Amino acid sequence: MQKLADTVNEARREILQARDRAALDKVRVRYLGKKGLLTEFLKQLGSLPAEMRREIGQAVNQAKDGVEQALKVRRGALEITELEATLSDAALDVSLPGRGQHSGGAHPVSRTLRRIEHIFTQLGFEIVEGPEVEDDYHNFEALNVPAGHPARDMHDTFYFNKNTLLRTHTSPVQVRVMQSRPPPLRVIAPGRVYRCDSDLTHTPMFHQVEGFMVDERVTFADLKGLLADFLQNFFERDLKTRFRPSYFPFTEPSAEVDISCVMCAGQGCRVCKETGWLEVLGCGMVHPNVFAHVGIDSEHYTGLAFGMGVERLAMLRYGVNDLRLFFENDLRFLRQFQ
Amino acid sequence: MKFSEQWLREWVNPALSRAELAQQLTLAGLEVDAIQPACAPFSGVVVGALLKVEPHPQADKLKVCAVNVGREQPVTIVTGAANTRAGLRVPVALIGAVLAGGKTIQPATLRGVESHGMLCSAQELGMADVAPDVLSPATLGHPWPSAQGLLELPPEAKPGADVFSYLKLDDAIFELGLTPNRGDCLSIAGIAREVALLNRLKIHAPPSKAVFNIVQSHFEVEVQAPADCPRYLGRVIRGLRPRAQAPLWMQERLRRSGVRSVSAVVDVTNYVMLEWGQPMHAFDLAKLHGRIVVRRARQGEQLTLLDGQQVILDAETLVIADGEKAQAIAGIMGGQEAAIGPESDTVFLESAFFSPALIARRARALGLHSDSSHRFERGVDPHLQRRAMERATALLLQIAGGEAGPVTEAVYAEHLPKHAPIKLRRERIARVLGTALAHEQVTEILGGLEMDVNPQVDGWLVTPPGHRFDIGIEADLIEELARIHGYARLPAQLPQATLTARAPSESRVAQARMHDLLIARGYQEVITYSFVSPDLQRQLNPGHTPLELANPLSSDMAVMRSTLWCGLIQTLIYNQNRQQNRLRFFESGVNFVLQGNEITQEKFIAGVVTGAPCPPQWGLESREADFYDLKGDVEALLNLTGCGDGFRFEAGAHPALHPGQSAQVSRNGDTVGWIGALHPQVQRALELKQRAFVFELRLAALEQGRLARFGGLSKFPFIRRDLAVVVEQKVSAAAVRECIVSACPALLRDIELFDVYKGKGIEPGKKSLALGLTLQDAARTLTDQDVNAIMEGIVKKLRDELGASLRE
Repeated sequence: MQKLADTVNEARREILQARDRAALDKVRVRYLGKKGLLTEFLKQLGSLPAEMRREIGQAVNQAKDGVEQALKVRRGALEITELEATLSDAALDVSLPGRGQHSGGAHPVSRTLRRIEHIFTQLGFEIVEGPEVEDDYHNFEALNVPAGHPARDMHDTFYFNKNTLLRTHTSPVQVRVMQSRPPPLRVIAPGRVYRCDSDLTHTPMFHQVEGFMVDERVTFADLKGLLADFLQNFFERDLKTRFRPSYFPFTEPSAEVDISCVMCAGQGCRVCKETGWLEVLGCGMVHPNVFAHVGIDSEHYTGLAFGMGVERLAMLRYGVNDLRLFFENDLRFLRQFQ
Repeated sequence: MKFSEQWLREWVNPALSRAELAQQLTLAGLEVDAIQPACAPFSGVVVGALLKVEPHPQADKLKVCAVNVGREQPVTIVTGAANTRAGLRVPVALIGAVLAGGKTIQPATLRGVESHGMLCSAQELGMADVAPDVLSPATLGHPWPSAQGLLELPPEAKPGADVFSYLKLDDAIFELGLTPNRGDCLSIAGIAREVALLNRLKIHAPPSKAVFNIVQSHFEVEVQAPADCPRYLGRVIRGLRPRAQAPLWMQERLRRSGVRSVSAVVDVTNYVMLEWGQPMHAFDLAKLHGRIVVRRARQGEQLTLLDGQQVILDAETLVIADGEKAQAIAGIMGGQEAAIGPESDTVFLESAFFSPALIARRARALGLHSDSSHRFERGVDPHLQRRAMERATALLLQIAGGEAGPVTEAVYAEHLPKHAPIKLRRERIARVLGTALAHEQVTEILGGLEMDVNPQVDGWLVTPPGHRFDIGIEADLIEELARIHGYARLPAQLPQATLTARAPSESRVAQARMHDLLIARGYQEVITYSFVSPDLQRQLNPGHTPLELANPLSSDMAVMRSTLWCGLIQTLIYNQNRQQNRLRFFESGVNFVLQGNEITQEKFIAGVVTGAPCPPQWGLESREADFYDLKGDVEALLNLTGCGDGFRFEAGAHPALHPGQSAQVSRNGDTVGWIGALHPQVQRALELKQRAFVFELRLAALEQGRLARFGGLSKFPFIRRDLAVVVEQKVSAAAVRECIVSACPALLRDIELFDVYKGKGIEPGKKSLALGLTLQDAARTLTDQDVNAIMEGIVKKLRDELGASLRE
């Protein structure tokens, strides 16, 4: 019995000393293998007297179980150690950049257009586009700007021939929509417009969003409310707005809308020419002559209309100080709007 | 329109600061664009009387002056000015004076003579730097009066008086950006009228009737075109002092209004125009023959204008002629021949009303724009002519002496513009403005605007005054009410409307989705001009007649683009020249195609790539993008429709593309666009450093998507079989694919082409394609036998139709 106990102790010691699973396996074979030391004890049971056989048999089996248990525990411990070693070998530099395509970006004018469209479509306005090559009738005549009208000087027009031109504003879309269907109408018309002018503050092509609403009870008060609300939403801040009398042949009354300068919060700076105000929109109530041209009864309906320069809004919103940058398409510029 | 604040305040002087006055004007619709000081500030400059002028002993060009500056002893000052002469009164900058620009005057010794100050020119005082506003016909062709010589002050100026205050230089020049409807405000009188009403003040106008003797001196006037010129006033003035100059105060007011001083006669006509808004013209009577005839020009009639320009006239032009020929284009510009010269002593003064529409048409057609035409085309009060004539006569006689003849007036009342009464309904005011105005407010505002207001049951009957050409209908009156009442005081409210949903069709692919997809795939959106260089476009889209602008800004923006590639390639070149090599751009917009006389405007989406498909990164071999990288992007775009299979790519011949690396994209037989590598010759001609790949697709074709439809799920497993076939090089992958599909349309769920191989082991001129086929039956499990039979069928069909063999 003492010999059995010694063998078990010896086995436990060797198990603890095994450095890896191969060494551990050798220990297992040495004690529990076919010719293992503990197996030998079992084999010797047959030669013992019957009354001792039971008792000693139990003891040997217990010893064997004990060694097996010790082997299992040690094996588990060794597996964990080995796994840890592999894991640490497989560790990555997580600061290395990820793989694949980098994304590009939308043009800042497009971003601005989308924002304007989003705000107005939320209010139930519909987006309509019109042709860029227009005729004199839709661009001028139907908008109450007959030939020889001094207001034509406000528009430096690109012509193809006497009657065909590049639209100077998106207002012709107003005419086209009103000609094609009856009120109520709530429409915005975004797009490219062209003027024969190029200097520090003018590019021969730029973008406008025209908007109009025609219904039975549309008033100047609605115009003021709608545009003030739009500007607050667009600039995401509490802006002051100011409506000034102005002149557009296709609206009466007409107004220009100023906002408190977004650069200096109305304190006066270079951008607002020290006035604290920035002009951002033109607007007014649809002129009865325009309604007459498109066959809408101005006794029954009234309408509000407005037009805004998209580049101007983009410049103010993103702090762009040179209009011409928008059309140079320098990647270093465009990337700043991702 | 520029004007002097002092001048305006002489007419009406509200208790407002300069800034408050500017804001009031702006908020009344007369936008103040800029305010400039009349003169940069200076100090220590006094009136000096030149007592003695002697030549400098050491220098020919210098003079030594004894100057009375109001002190007991005269001071000695050396000057080089040419107009220095004894008796003159001039500005003297004393020792310690600070001039415009910060220059301080110190004692100096000039060639041995001590100088105790400086005699000043207008320029040195900062009074000559105001550029002319609009070119006045009367001053065209005259040089700026010399600002180099000493500024000659009036003889009554008191020596020692401070020049800054003597010349009332503490003034501001207001610049108004007037809208074209407000021709009535192109004068001090007009602006004063507005300011008086806004502040409920009265106007102090200069006397309208002057007292002077009338002598018998008459020049006949005949108006042959009464509709064009319903009122014409003329008067002869004789015995003017030749070379007379306008007094300094008048010159200063002209300068502050942006008008050059020329001579007494010209200055007076300009002064009256600025004061009252009536353009006038003066002819040298000695050069007129017989009489004045107001008539249409004869076809081909010639006239040399004041600015030296020779014009050939036609019957659409109204001229002021004498008995022989045209001497001026009415209301626009005078002729050179009868122009006032320095020696003119007898003049014929004209004050007329011309039809605004006629002047506008002619000024534009002739490309002439003058202070005069600017006012006439916006409308001059048809009752103003006599008042202006009397005012000009009085001023001229006062300045240059002489005697005035009687006024000859031709008037055709039936052609004068008339204002019919306009009905203004009380209810309509509220309908348009969203608020009602009280009867007193309406009558006060409209009455203040010099309108005749008659109350009616439901409103008013209003007749506008002669100077308002912009008031014709009820809406115009409502605007005037709103304007004077103040837009800020009108209510604001959020609009109310009937709620209606306007959802776009789900089967339509929004352009925004296409943009987002390309952006996610590394493309940067650009926006380029719609007009492009015809040369560039010829390279990229040869064989098309471009739509040409009649008045392009420059030759490289002369034609409308027929392909978006023009702008994209330009952008590529621009950025390539700024050290950028990996470029991926797209743009969407309209292309303009001219066919016969028809212009088609259609939207496209296009892109260009050059350089590596991905940014350089670790673990990824760097390479240049090729056709298939671009095709992957295009396919992704097409797949947005949900029916990418409906598009076909077929090798095609586009003159700007590489013949072996380009394809035409079509859908149901209709061309959708092109994709490919730029033709190497084009690439070389454009000096592109790297290969560039482009695509351009019709937006309409990409917008047509489909509504998804659920097709059920098979309960039975699928079976995948791989197949490697060897075909001739010229056999396209699409042909192989179509052949397989046609061999087994019912059970084939998917085909994946996963390898293309040429080279060792494959006969030259052939290629091997490896395909993975997924087969599935919706109703039962496929057996190996089933699949073997299907595969045999496919292989047989490939062999029969395409000469394909299985790869061993």
